[in-house]
Amino acid sequence: MTQPTIDTSPKVSDEVRKTTCYMCACRCGINVHLKDGEVAYIEGNRDHPVNRGVLCAKGASGIMQHLSPARLQAPLKRVGPRGSGEFEQITWKEALETAVSWLKPLRDSDPTKLAFFTGRDQSQSFTSYWAQSFGTPNYAAHGGFCSVNMAAAGIYTMGGAFWEFGQPDWDRTKLFMIFGVAEDHDSNPIKMGIGKLKGRGAKVIGVNPIRTGYNAVADEWVGITPGTDGLFILSLVHCLMKAGRIDLDYLARFTDAPCLVNDDEKSEDYGLILRNEAGKALVIDRRTGKPEAFDTPGVQPDLAGSYRHAGVSHRPVLHHMAERYLSNDYAPETVAPKVGLKPERIRAIAAEIARVAFDESFELEREWTDFRGETHKTMVGRPVSFHAMRGISAHSNGFQTCRALHLLQIILGSVEVPGGFRFKPPYPKPATAHPKPHGSAQPGKPLDGPHLGFVHGPDDLLVDDQNRAKRIDKAFSWDNPMSAHGLMHMLISNAHAGDPYKIDTMMLYMANMAWNSSMNTSQVMKMLTDTDESGEYVIPRIIYSDAYSSEMVAYADLILPDTTYLERHDCISLLDRPICEAEAAADAIRWPVVEPGRDVRGFQSVLCDLGGRLGLPGFTNEDGSTKYADYADYIQNHERKPGIGPLAGWRGKGDKHGRGPANPDQIAKYIENGSFWVSHIPADAEFYKPWNAAYQDWAVEIGIFDQPTPYLFTLWCEPLRRFQLAAEGKHRLSPPDHLKARIAETMDPLPIWYPPFSDVDESFDVHALTQRPMAMYHSWGSQNAWLRQIHGRNLLYVPTKIWQANGFEDGDWARVTSPHGEITVPVALMAALNENTVWTWNAIGKRKGAWALDEKAPEATKGFLLNHIIHELLPPRGDGLRWANSDPITGQAAWFDLRVRIEKVAAPKEAHPAHPPQKSPVSEAPKNVTRKIGA
Amino acid sequence: MHPAPSIILFTTLSGLGFGMLAFLGLSVPAPRGWTAFAFFFIAYALSVGGLLFSTFHLGHPERALKAFTQWRSSWLSREAWAAVIALVLMGLYAIGLVFFGMRWAIFGVTGGIMSLVTVFATSMIYMQMTTVPRWNHWSPPVLFLGYSLAGGALLTGRVSLALLLLAVVGAIQIVAWFDQERRESQSESTMATATGLGGIGSVRAFEHPHTGESYLTKEMVYVVARKHRQVLKIISVLLAFVLPVALLLAPFHHILAALAVISHLAGVLVQRWLFFAEARHVVGHYYGRA
Amino acid sequence: MTSLPSHTEKSLGLVIDLDTCVGCHACVTACKGWNTENYGAPLADKDAYGAEPVGSFLNRIHSFEVQPETGPAQLIHFPKSCLHCADAPCVTVCPTGASYKRQEDGIVLVNESDCIGCGLCAWACPYGAREMDPVEQVMKKCTLCVDRIYNENLPEEDRQPACVRTCPAGARHFGDLADPESGVSKLVAERGGIDLMPEQGTAPVNQYLPPRPKDEAPEFDVLAPYLEPVAEEPRGFLGWLDRTLEKIG
Ligand SMILES: Nc1nc2c(c(=O)[nH]1)N[C@H]1C(S)=C(S)[C@@H](COP(=O)(O)OP(=O)(O)OC[C@H]3O[C@@H](n4cnc5c(=O)[nH]c(N)nc54)[C@H](O)[C@@H]3O)O[C@H]1N2
Ligand SMILES: Nc1nc2c(c(=O)[nH]1)N[C@H]1C(S)=C(S)[C@@H](COP(=O)(O)OP(=O)(O)OC[C@H]3O[C@@H](n4cnc5c(=O)[nH]c(N)nc54)[C@H](O)[C@@H]3O)O[C@H]1N2
Ligand code: SF4
Ligand code: SF4
Ligand code: SF4
Ligand code: SF4
Ligand code: SF4
Ligand SMILES: [Mo]
Repeated sequence: MTQPTIDTSPKVSDEVRKTTCYMCACRCGINVHLKDGEVAYIEGNRDHPVNRGVLCAKGASGIMQHLSPARLQAPLKRVGPRGSGEFEQITWKEALETAVSWLKPLRDSDPTKLAFFTGRDQSQSFTSYWAQSFGTPNYAAHGGFCSVNMAAAGIYTMGGAFWEFGQPDWDRTKLFMIFGVAEDHDSNPIKMGIGKLKGRGAKVIGVNPIRTGYNAVADEWVGITPGTDGLFILSLVHCLMKAGRIDLDYLARFTDAPCLVNDDEKSEDYGLILRNEAGKALVIDRRTGKPEAFDTPGVQPDLAGSYRHAGVSHRPVLHHMAERYLSNDYAPETVAPKVGLKPERIRAIAAEIARVAFDESFELEREWTDFRGETHKTMVGRPVSFHAMRGISAHSNGFQTCRALHLLQIILGSVEVPGGFRFKPPYPKPATAHPKPHGSAQPGKPLDGPHLGFVHGPDDLLVDDQNRAKRIDKAFSWDNPMSAHGLMHMLISNAHAGDPYKIDTMMLYMANMAWNSSMNTSQVMKMLTDTDESGEYVIPRIIYSDAYSSEMVAYADLILPDTTYLERHDCISLLDRPICEAEAAADAIRWPVVEPGRDVRGFQSVLCDLGGRLGLPGFTNEDGSTKYADYADYIQNHERKPGIGPLAGWRGKGDKHGRGPANPDQIAKYIENGSFWVSHIPADAEFYKPWNAAYQDWAVEIGIFDQPTPYLFTLWCEPLRRFQLAAEGKHRLSPPDHLKARIAETMDPLPIWYPPFSDVDESFDVHALTQRPMAMYHSWGSQNAWLRQIHGRNLLYVPTKIWQANGFEDGDWARVTSPHGEITVPVALMAALNENTVWTWNAIGKRKGAWALDEKAPEATKGFLLNHIIHELLPPRGDGLRWANSDPITGQAAWFDLRVRIEKVAAPKEAHPAHPPQKSPVSEAPKNVTRKIGA
Repeated sequence: MHPAPSIILFTTLSGLGFGMLAFLGLSVPAPRGWTAFAFFFIAYALSVGGLLFSTFHLGHPERALKAFTQWRSSWLSREAWAAVIALVLMGLYAIGLVFFGMRWAIFGVTGGIMSLVTVFATSMIYMQMTTVPRWNHWSPPVLFLGYSLAGGALLTGRVSLALLLLAVVGAIQIVAWFDQERRESQSESTMATATGLGGIGSVRAFEHPHTGESYLTKEMVYVVARKHRQVLKIISVLLAFVLPVALLLAPFHHILAALAVISHLAGVLVQRWLFFAEARHVVGHYYGRA
Repeated sequence: MTSLPSHTEKSLGLVIDLDTCVGCHACVTACKGWNTENYGAPLADKDAYGAEPVGSFLNRIHSFEVQPETGPAQLIHFPKSCLHCADAPCVTVCPTGASYKRQEDGIVLVNESDCIGCGLCAWACPYGAREMDPVEQVMKKCTLCVDRIYNENLPEEDRQPACVRTCPAGARHFGDLADPESGVSKLVAERGGIDLMPEQGTAPVNQYLPPRPKDEAPEFDVLAPYLEPVAEEPRGFLGWLDRTLEKIG
């Protein structure tokens, strides 16, 4: 018999449209294949700088996201009680008029009454611009509950962070250490990077209580006790400093290590850095022994140089570091029991780092000139690199822990050098080059400046004379002075409590705040439905934009349904969170590769429309007419500064990049190029960016800076010290009494470690964590028919010790109790796990009725969230006051501080708590999925 | 393995039917006329009915004819051919007996043999599965044929032969259960060989590729508790062998004989359920359930 | 075509690197996407949004925990699809000839229009590489993307399986394992690639690269020379700094 003949060259599609993925924030380039005008197949774009053709599980199943039965169909007005999910479809005309009728009076009387918070928003420079035009101080995106510790610690210390703003030199690094990362925003690049290291046989060390994913492929696993990374890292610093295995040359040239710290306890500037009149930090020039501004051409900073000036002695930062970190407080023997590692292990890791950093160092033959005018023949490689994310940042000691990690990188001289860690434009950019936060509202007026920013001391706080917060989330108040991203997780509870004040309308965009992004979820649902004496909702009005039937939809009064990512314009801008690489600046767009067959509108376009209707200055022309027809119009024509707009590519007549006049054909140019623009950094500017004159010039040319902005890495964080000074009573402003001790203790200018705040009650002896599954994106993956088969329910993974102690068996359930409540959930055994830690996949549990899933779906009956037992406030302290469950410096939500007790219970019918179903505002999902366009 | 009702019914009923046909075809004297009609009717009802049940197991029964093409290599294909040949030959034989009162021996003998070949072919489908150690064993052919013959003897009213066969097959079945257990536990395939990770240490399945069921877990990774299995074995031996033997030993009565047949049938159904449910497929090693 | 070819001109297959696979399931959905739109019936999902969703997939990711005698437990992500066995039992059991192994490249395929959905081939496969489509009721299996690897409508560099093209970590490799000079054969030789369940006698073409040894203690003495203190008794900051500077020299 003969083999059947098959067609091995079928036509792949009629047309390929290239755009940007939005199944997560990584923003990979995708080729969308269309057949008969419908989306048939999605693959990665090989030319794209982010993903080079690869896609993750979510990206490759984007088609199921796009076709989800949970897609909202039209604007909705609530008709049942909040939370019930009972809605009536309305027209856009009615929806927009309703919104205007709610918002206009607020703007005219008291703009603070509107709180506009956005979640997974990738257009923050736009949404914040809108909020600023509206005039409310109450705007933030989700960074506060996400990873502000990482971002802020990075920017305050080195002018850039890991997150997606920097990356290891994957092609040259020889030892890569990854702390507390399950997936990260930089999803595909990290996987591609690890793949490169594996291909070369380079070593990966994973520091994580849980050994899955990246930690599973790590050559060495450090199953650390949660919340103790800071101590572990500072112990590595201790070992390296003690052995003199640090890069003194790098420290002297590029960091504040030689800068001079005021040593006079009585001075108002005690602990601050000596500066000249121009505000420039001074160093002792080795050639003259005299103090000079750090950036004086030719200056050779002296690490040993102390200096007496006007009767006050000053010692270099390095001196303080030696004093602190050489101390036996940080010796491996001292820290070992707390971090749960053997002292020898800590030493061995320090030795490995030392060996690779210094003995495997290499040089690139590339001449470059630094900001002091000195030319270097080569670039010296330090092939040790690090990466970290929420595992170290989502703790109440996260800011200092992240700083400790940067300290380690910097003493090794491994930042912005070959083989080390590299920034992606627009970083490096020091904290001082960022705006300060603004929060002064006036009726009918725009806000006095951008909402979010970087404070440098008490003077920059957003508090009134009584120390009361100006913002609803109390960002930039004494509670969390350096909360650079706001505190979205405090929004609902503060609004509910009317503390610091009551608001009228809460407008949310793309955030499932009634479910997985709030702490204490059951309570939050109650807060959203609570009424006052008059029977009015305590939070009177809620406007929400979602694209899908999420849990949050049920709690809104007005729903503005969004398009899906294949149906709208988006802009991934250099003004925001662009898609740059260490060697290139890049930005990207999304565009409607298909038309939505529903009565939905892109939310950004709706904001342009609302802005016009409300007469917001940024959104209206002189004659009062609406300025931007839609978001695409804004993207092409808005200018933040003359010549600088949302997109950097093809400006002017399509011949200018970076700076240039607006181009009405810009989006067409992007589409032609695969929906992205990339501009490569010249080879001599690719490393040492903060100090490299060629880079600084390039950055100015491209529009990232207005003038070269070289700076020193700040191991000694003066803003922290200024808050300490205030707590010590040496500042014009003073924190409230109950916060003084905490500020003095935690806001140390040099990285420290202190135990996470929830460590107080020893009877909750188990750490409970969540991890991102690589194949799910928060709550919104469950509507995806393919992905939900991979993660349709979650289990609580329990380490062997606890498993045996409780006599657990497969299929058992446990009650998990925290100081705030309890949940009952299914358990499973995991050996490759820290012995005092349990964990589960994040955001798999769903409320019945949401996401167009069957009410009996496993997500709703067996899936669960840890959020129910995490509280936004900690239990009362001795003084009766309750601290926020956040980092005291940045306000970062301390998700991973959770401590629990665990006990075996009989298997219930459903996971607890089980919430009543919400009515689905979308029609019932089809039974089966069998879709083939090309059939 | 998933104990699919269609296959359990198929193997049980067709086994009995072909067993009857074998006796009808091979033994003399042969019944004639209406008696023959009654016997053949029952035998055809069982064998054809069984075969029909088997098609319920097919995703595309309308293409069933394609199953005849691969007799060179596939036992299922051979089974199909054998069954059709047996049924045709025995049909001709039956026509002779019922309508013409003639015994066309050539059809009876070849048809009887082909009936047994059919049962053997069925058993070989299971026996050849190296992936299912419990089946990849001498017992499926022996037992399938044994059950078929014992049932055939019982249904064709050969009481003393039935008594003998029931006792022997019952004994073999018990031995087979123990030996299958041994075969399964001595299977070379383990989680270590399945994953190739045995060299590092002891292997345990952590997460499955999917949190719900899949075709594989439903079809191949079926598990029944050990205790449950033991109870069912006892029940099946009692029903398939002990009770029929007791009933046959009692003074003959049609009601008792009918009860013996029903009891045997029920016992075989339980046995077949176990035959599938107990059998572990090596793919279970990937699911930590083998 | 149920009989196996005595010889195939090539042995195309995958090499899967267990040292590199991070278990992201990217290859799973990329495979589902391509094969839904291409070869044969779409890969269906039954009860897709319901209580018991069951879909057909051609490639799935397991994960295993391995406990070495000493040292911490390891976790290994384990992709699995058809191994395109040289002695494929799934082919010989097939009563209809729907299952066959291609003479030219060794790819094992199901001709869906001949498949009666009897499921025997899935029973015969030790690896769980075949799944009955829950809606179409025909047997589904990895096609090695036979409609990509020779597809003249695709650019040259894309003529590789969808799962290989998408794998972000680069843990999947495609090539001719019969050619000792091919990239995949060299990789197998270098990294000691293995067969899964060799005792089943299926002679799989796909090879697995075992994880590299993990959690090994350093081979050098930690203190000397890497962490030898610059000064046993630190004489203050300047003393430490001097010695450190000297050491770096
Ligand atoms: N226990 C625990 N809880 C956590 C975390 C944790 O680690 N552990 N992590 C926290 C972190 S870091 C984060 S960032 C949050 C994330 O939590 P959320 O910000 O709530 O994220 P999602 O669940 O993805 O919800 C986003 C919403 O946007 C909607 N959406 C999706 N696409 C579109 C679109 O195109 N347009 C519009 N308008 N809406 C869309 C979705 O339907 C969904 O309702 O969770 C936090 N919660
Ligand atoms: N697939 C997918 N990708 C995503 C998301 C998603 O939902 N799905 N969400 C996106 C978002 S919003 C974010 S914020 C990022 C977050 O990306 P990640 O930072 O990777 O966040 P998590 O998944 O929360 O992982 C936290 C990790 O930290 C570990 N960990 C917890 N506590 C400690 C500790 O004290 N020390 C150490 N060393 N480790 C610890 C946990 O075990 C876990 O592995 O991912 C983004 N990317
Ligand atoms: S990582 Fe995945 S989901 Fe995120 S943008 Fe890239 S392909 Fe899309
Ligand atoms: S892996 Fe299974 S399906 Fe694939 S060829 Fe081998 S036996 Fe057949
Ligand atoms: S299910 Fe289809 S391919 Fe498999 S053995 Fe049966 S007929 Fe052949
Ligand atoms: S080769 Fe093609 S069919 Fe096979 S697993 Fe990979 S993507 Fe799926
Ligand atoms: S795509 Fe690659 S890394 Fe991800 S699961 Fe598949 S083989 Fe592993
Ligand atoms: Mo996040």
